[in-house]
Amino acid sequence: MIELENVAYSYGGGELLSDISLKLAPGSFHFLTGPSGAGKTTLMKLCYGALLPTAGHVRLFGADVRGLERDDIALVRRRVGVVYQDVQFLDHLNVTENISLPLTVSGRHAEAAGGDLGELMTWVGLTERADALPPELSGGERQRAALARAVIMSPDVVLADEPTGNIDWEMSQRLLRLLIELNKMGKTVLIATHDLSLIRAAKAHVQARVLRIANRRIQLAGADL
Amino acid sequence: MKVQTFAIRSLLAGDRHAARVVPPSGFTAQLTLFAAGSMAFLAVFALALSLASGRLAQNWGEELARSATIRIIAPLDQRGAQTEAALRILQTTSGVESARALSDDEQQALLAPWFGNDLALDSLPVPRLIEVIETAQGMDVSGLRLRLSAEVPGAVLDDHERWRTPLVRAAARLRLLGWVSIALITVTVAAMITLAAQAALSANAQVIAVLRLVGATDDYIAQAFVRRFTLRALGGAGVGMVLGMIAVLLLPSASEAGSFLTGLSFRGWHWALPLCIPLLAGVVAFLATGAAARRTLRELA
Repeated sequence: MIELENVAYSYGGGELLSDISLKLAPGSFHFLTGPSGAGKTTLMKLCYGALLPTAGHVRLFGADVRGLERDDIALVRRRVGVVYQDVQFLDHLNVTENISLPLTVSGRHAEAAGGDLGELMTWVGLTERADALPPELSGGERQRAALARAVIMSPDVVLADEPTGNIDWEMSQRLLRLLIELNKMGKTVLIATHDLSLIRAAKAHVQARVLRIANRRIQLAGADL
Repeated sequence: MKVQTFAIRSLLAGDRHAARVVPPSGFTAQLTLFAAGSMAFLAVFALALSLASGRLAQNWGEELARSATIRIIAPLDQRGAQTEAALRILQTTSGVESARALSDDEQQALLAPWFGNDLALDSLPVPRLIEVIETAQGMDVSGLRLRLSAEVPGAVLDDHERWRTPLVRAAARLRLLGWVSIALITVTVAAMITLAAQAALSANAQVIAVLRLVGATDDYIAQAFVRRFTLRALGGAGVGMVLGMIAVLLLPSASEAGSFLTGLSFRGWHWALPLCIPLLAGVVAFLATGAAARRTLRELA
């Protein structure tokens, strides 16, 4: 689905990532870990076409990102759900409208997905907050709304960058369970986190592989976690 | 081009969903409306000026070109005879449709603005005027002048050419100025809308980033802005145009005596022309916003 081949990325002078090869197979569950500033977010951005590699090849659904037009990138993003730590919403639209925004922008109106939308809202536990505006949400509610928005198009891949960064343990467990459920439904999941206890908690429920970025390279972490 | 057809379609279809993804903006919206309105107001006057000076040039050109005047300057006792002689020559000149000597009363009316009504014309050696109307083919002015100088020594032929030309040129220049003003107003509207759209796009950078993240295409994002600015320009210019038309309506109309000078007001079907101003403003806003949006969006990830 997403394939990186000898990818390097440099900001200005310094090289942040080099010689990275990675393959996210359908239905796989990966954690991406490493110290802050190691390039987790950059690697995530390479995976959905927000950044272009300075060397090597990134293939999204079989197509090299360098050959993609801006519209093609937009279409790729309809197949990749992205959740950020500091997720942004459209603050003038309510939670329901924000969650169904991917439907709106792809020309499918939310009314058409009425039943599914309700189910999704229940799944992330935001039914009560449907009419709230994003600034009124708590950190955990924002993350769950972000997850709902990321999966409403039923994407093939879910990328979550520090999804549990600013929420409490219980809430992060809940979010993790949602991601594991998605994986069981066949979605490819990649979670970037520096929270090792989250990875341990996940390993009890799902066959997860842990990738670690160290010294600009990526390596498969052993069973030491 | 693709963006444009897409945007036109959504503009006509009135995709309210797309329009809603960009947050409403209060104050800048008012400014755009106001600017479009005042420009449309000015455009109405520039248009009126162009049309009026065009009419003026045409009137002066046509009316004066088809007429000439002969002055008979002679002692009182010979004036009648020379007038007769001149009229006889004119009757046999080809290209002359009609010729007649002005009566004393008519000459008195012409002189009244300068000398008052009590002037005793009979006792003054006032030249007799003969009004000559030419046919469409026109007459041979120099030939006529030669014949007159041979047979009517006191006759002076004036074909108005001398003062008609600069008048017509002035009117034509005035008309050009009017059209240049309209062109400048159009370009100014484009510049203002571009600035406003650019500002709106920058102010909404975060909104655009969110839309890109969830898979919106550039066309989709652009049309939300294009639709908004086009409707604003259309609305603002509509109001400005109506106010401008009312102002033109309230202009004092040209009086009977000054009818030669034509009023600044619109005539006949020309009243329909200002209706194009809001449409033009809409088209300008549509193109300007589309270009600004495409340029800005390309720079964003």
